[in-house]
Amino acid sequence: MDIRAQISMVFHLDKCIGCHTCSIACKNIWTDRKGVEYQWWNNVETKPGTGYPSKWENQDIYKGGWERNQDGTIQLRGAGKGKGLGNIFHNPYLPTIEDYYEPFTYNYLNLIEAPPGDDQPTARPVSMITGEPIDVKMGPNWDDDLSGTPDYARNDPNMAGLSPAERQAMFELERLAFFYLPRICNHCLNPGCVASCPSGAIYKRGEDGIVLINQKVCRAWRMCVTACPYKKSYYNWHTGKSEKCILCYPRLEAGYAPACMHSCVGRIRYLGVMLYDADQIEKTAAVPDSELVNAQLSMILDPFDPEVIQAAKANGIADSTIKAAQNSPTYKFVKTWGMALPLHPEFRTLPMLFYVPPLLPVMASVTETDGAQKAKLNPIAKTWTDNWLYDTSTEELWGTVEQARFPLKYMAAMFTAGDEKAMAERIKKLMAIRIYRRWKTVGDVDEAKARKVLADVNLTELQAEDVYYLTSLAKFNDRFVIPPAHREQAHEMLEFVGDRRGSTGFGFRETPARGM
Amino acid sequence: MDASNLFLFVGLPYIAFAIFLVGTIYRYRATGFKVSSLSSQFLEGRALFWASVPFHFGILVVFLGHLTAFLIPSGILAWNSNPVRLLVLQVTAFAFGISVLVGLVGLIYRRLTNPRVKMVTNNMDIVIELMLLVQTGAGLYIGYAHRWGASWFAADLSPYLWSIFLFRPEATAVAAMPFAIKLHIVNAFLIIAVFPFTRLVHILVAPFHYISRPYQRVIWNWDRNLVRNPASAWTETRPRNN
Repeated sequence: MDIRAQISMVFHLDKCIGCHTCSIACKNIWTDRKGVEYQWWNNVETKPGTGYPSKWENQDIYKGGWERNQDGTIQLRGAGKGKGLGNIFHNPYLPTIEDYYEPFTYNYLNLIEAPPGDDQPTARPVSMITGEPIDVKMGPNWDDDLSGTPDYARNDPNMAGLSPAERQAMFELERLAFFYLPRICNHCLNPGCVASCPSGAIYKRGEDGIVLINQKVCRAWRMCVTACPYKKSYYNWHTGKSEKCILCYPRLEAGYAPACMHSCVGRIRYLGVMLYDADQIEKTAAVPDSELVNAQLSMILDPFDPEVIQAAKANGIADSTIKAAQNSPTYKFVKTWGMALPLHPEFRTLPMLFYVPPLLPVMASVTETDGAQKAKLNPIAKTWTDNWLYDTSTEELWGTVEQARFPLKYMAAMFTAGDEKAMAERIKKLMAIRIYRRWKTVGDVDEAKARKVLADVNLTELQAEDVYYLTSLAKFNDRFVIPPAHREQAHEMLEFVGDRRGSTGFGFRETPARGM
Repeated sequence: MDASNLFLFVGLPYIAFAIFLVGTIYRYRATGFKVSSLSSQFLEGRALFWASVPFHFGILVVFLGHLTAFLIPSGILAWNSNPVRLLVLQVTAFAFGISVLVGLVGLIYRRLTNPRVKMVTNNMDIVIELMLLVQTGAGLYIGYAHRWGASWFAADLSPYLWSIFLFRPEATAVAAMPFAIKLHIVNAFLIIAVFPFTRLVHILVAPFHYISRPYQRVIWNWDRNLVRNPASAWTETRPRNN
């Protein structure tokens, strides 16, 4: 057993309001430089939608991640030693700037300095690469909130397995819905970017599992851009170096939350330590699709198990890290309660960021108030004079898992490699807790039913309260449980404090300027 | 041998190699961040394929050919003892030379016409591309007009280059060569001299080590076992990443 610590994040998607504050916080700190304008280390996508870069989930186009061979081994789909070195002069799977967007700004000065004329002066968009006027065809969050649109939502790669009728049902006018998917680098256990880097510039930090690119060693062979199935390694076209999310490691080392998490308005993010067995990585990454989620979750070890603690200590993991692992909110969501899932486990990079799938939006159904329907009615239900009403009674609000607004098949394509049963389990848990809390607070559910739904999903009342607390009431220190780096043990970390923005990875004093 | 020949074929090579060595080491140590292949595929991918691929594969083969003739001239001469084999070698080299030329012209055209690529072009890019164009043009002309280069390179030029490297410069043979060959040689030394100040430095960091390394890389800030051992001073556990 080779126990390592991994900093991991949980996103509670029901709580995301899609405000993009995380993206802006990240951009302002890290990617407001030349060459990285288009890089969104943190971005928030509307689902169903095509995402950023467009259709990134479709690996037939981008060739990211690992694929499993007949003999049960895995190989990188579009990179690796053979393909990477063979394609080093021209990488056929490299997304180009057209797949993202050409960064632009506006010629604002023209608004005040235009000479007198017949027309109102305008601020034309100009490319931030060439400085020439351009027609803006794509931009950040181009498909924001555009569920149902033919160009975006209906091209969502996750709908590949849905029948035309099922797709149609998703976009019916009265049922049309969307949710938000915030994405940063997944700091994978089996990262494709690390494996694909010919220079060996990309590495995973042993102490906390953060994946970084050494900017001094990166030589622009650009294979990581292809190999990362999440398209979270970006090429800086100005300096000729790839850059990616660094999980705000300088902040983490000092005990601060990453900027995206710290700025999160909906408080959807949880950051904690998890202990895992690094000996299992290779085996786990190669199991068949149907076993992927469970195999990955079983790598994560119980931080209360004395054997695990002993092995962790023997491996040099600090006591404060073990303690943090025991209080980890991510461990609770992922393991104790079994509510959070990795994003696209079928890419086989073993991503270590997890998502609590969305139960929302719920929508009251419009029904006619007659007979049986009327008998069920809660006195608070709103009735219109024409006898139609928005039925807000509990049963109508949540219905069954199969009637969920997002088909299980669709959600399973995103979070469980197609395993609908595993997906239904998570959705049921979310529902059970809602019904339980509805009994507690509103009272239109009877106690027997509330207890029964909890029992159905194997949650105790105490656990349900814990989930409720961590979901709705948790204070910052409940959501962010990371020990500061042990500087007393690592004087080395105090070296090279002359870090600059742009010098992602370990620091150096040289100006990160473009080469000759 | 007159003074100009002495300078071009004895002085220049030593100056060029001195600049190459000092310049490369200085650039790598002082401005290591700037050592990159500076790929522009992200800004323009389609035309690059038709230019970069023939250029790189062509120049790899041509360079390895020159290197072989330099290192084992007797082997090349033995191979060339059969006229058919000599012809095969010449034609192959010429074909890859054409490939270099096609790719290089494509690269220059793309660099000068694509507005995005223009933005990431600096003067040295143009200088080195033109120098390479002269070199390729001269090389192809020599291959066509001064046959059979595969043999006389091994017989005459290889000893000359060896004499330079062994610090016993002997340039009489070269001084008697036709103009195109002299141009090819002098331009080669000039390319070596400007090498450290161009994007060609990416050749020196070509990722051969990728073949033998394990796919995954984990780096520890400190030795995780020693760090918990009170008997070990932290100075013994230097980080492996800086």
